[in-house]
Amino acid sequence: MKVAVLQFPGSNCDQDSFHLFASGLRLPTRYLWHKETSVGDADLVVVPGGFSYGDYLRCGAIARFSPVMAAVRDYAAAGGLVFGICNGFQILCEAGLLPGALIRNASLEYRCVTCVLKVEPSTDTFNPQMLGNAIRLPIGHGEGNYRIDEAGLAGLVANRQVLLRYAANPNGSLADIAGIRNERGNVFGMMPHPDRAFERFHPSQDGLAVARAVIATRFPEVLRRAS
Amino acid sequence: MKINVFVTPKKNVLDPQGAAVGHALESLGFKGLKGTRVGKLIELEVDAADTPEFRARLDQVCRDLLSNPVIEDFRYEIAGK
Repeated sequence: MKVAVLQFPGSNCDQDSFHLFASGLRLPTRYLWHKETSVGDADLVVVPGGFSYGDYLRCGAIARFSPVMAAVRDYAAAGGLVFGICNGFQILCEAGLLPGALIRNASLEYRCVTCVLKVEPSTDTFNPQMLGNAIRLPIGHGEGNYRIDEAGLAGLVANRQVLLRYAANPNGSLADIAGIRNERGNVFGMMPHPDRAFERFHPSQDGLAVARAVIATRFPEVLRRAS
Repeated sequence: MKINVFVTPKKNVLDPQGAAVGHALESLGFKGLKGTRVGKLIELEVDAADTPEFRARLDQVCRDLLSNPVIEDFRYEIAGK
């Protein structure tokens, strides 16, 4: 079970994500620079938070055309596990690996706060039985307002693709959506930061269980090596 | 030739920035305002002929990069041919 954390110019949560998987979950983890053209032997590709390419044009719009994203697209098409956090979620939406898009927060404010999130029954391992009905994770974003058309939203609900909803909506997100997965169940994305919620000094330690639930969807053995 | 690409939020997509600018216009006493939407203008300067093939390529990059079809519409004007 090997983890690769992507790095784009402007990624700034790459080290947090690395630390979550390397120290928090004790999995072999390495960085993957955006110029790389292969994800190698990775079993999980993490697209971390930050401001790739300065959020120019639209958040995630330019990172999507980095060489590594072509490899990530092929890898996901072959069933590979991908997890995007914050800007990583925005990039995966821009790349068409997840449906919908993220626009400016309704308040126009950058929101940096620890949120209560309702856990939705989505996969065999990402559900309230595994994670509890509600968890707490920090957010830090100006563009986390999730948008999708009516048919798209109906599809997300029907296929149980919603992972997390905000208990108190901080950004105007449609249907309080904070995180989703693709229909196939191998691409995950969320605005809240599990990578900022696992150390004692973090505002919450729920990030570890969230990361584990994502991985366990494809690799159940990760649940047996709980740290 | 010079191409101006206009990218605007889709009519049915919430535009928080447009709403905020609209509120500011109202507080300035700008009367009769019915809507405000904020988009962007992208100016391109291209060494190419305006052929159907070129238009197809231009449409493609407008869809793939310059706009996000989930939330935005685009149109362009070609000048300085």
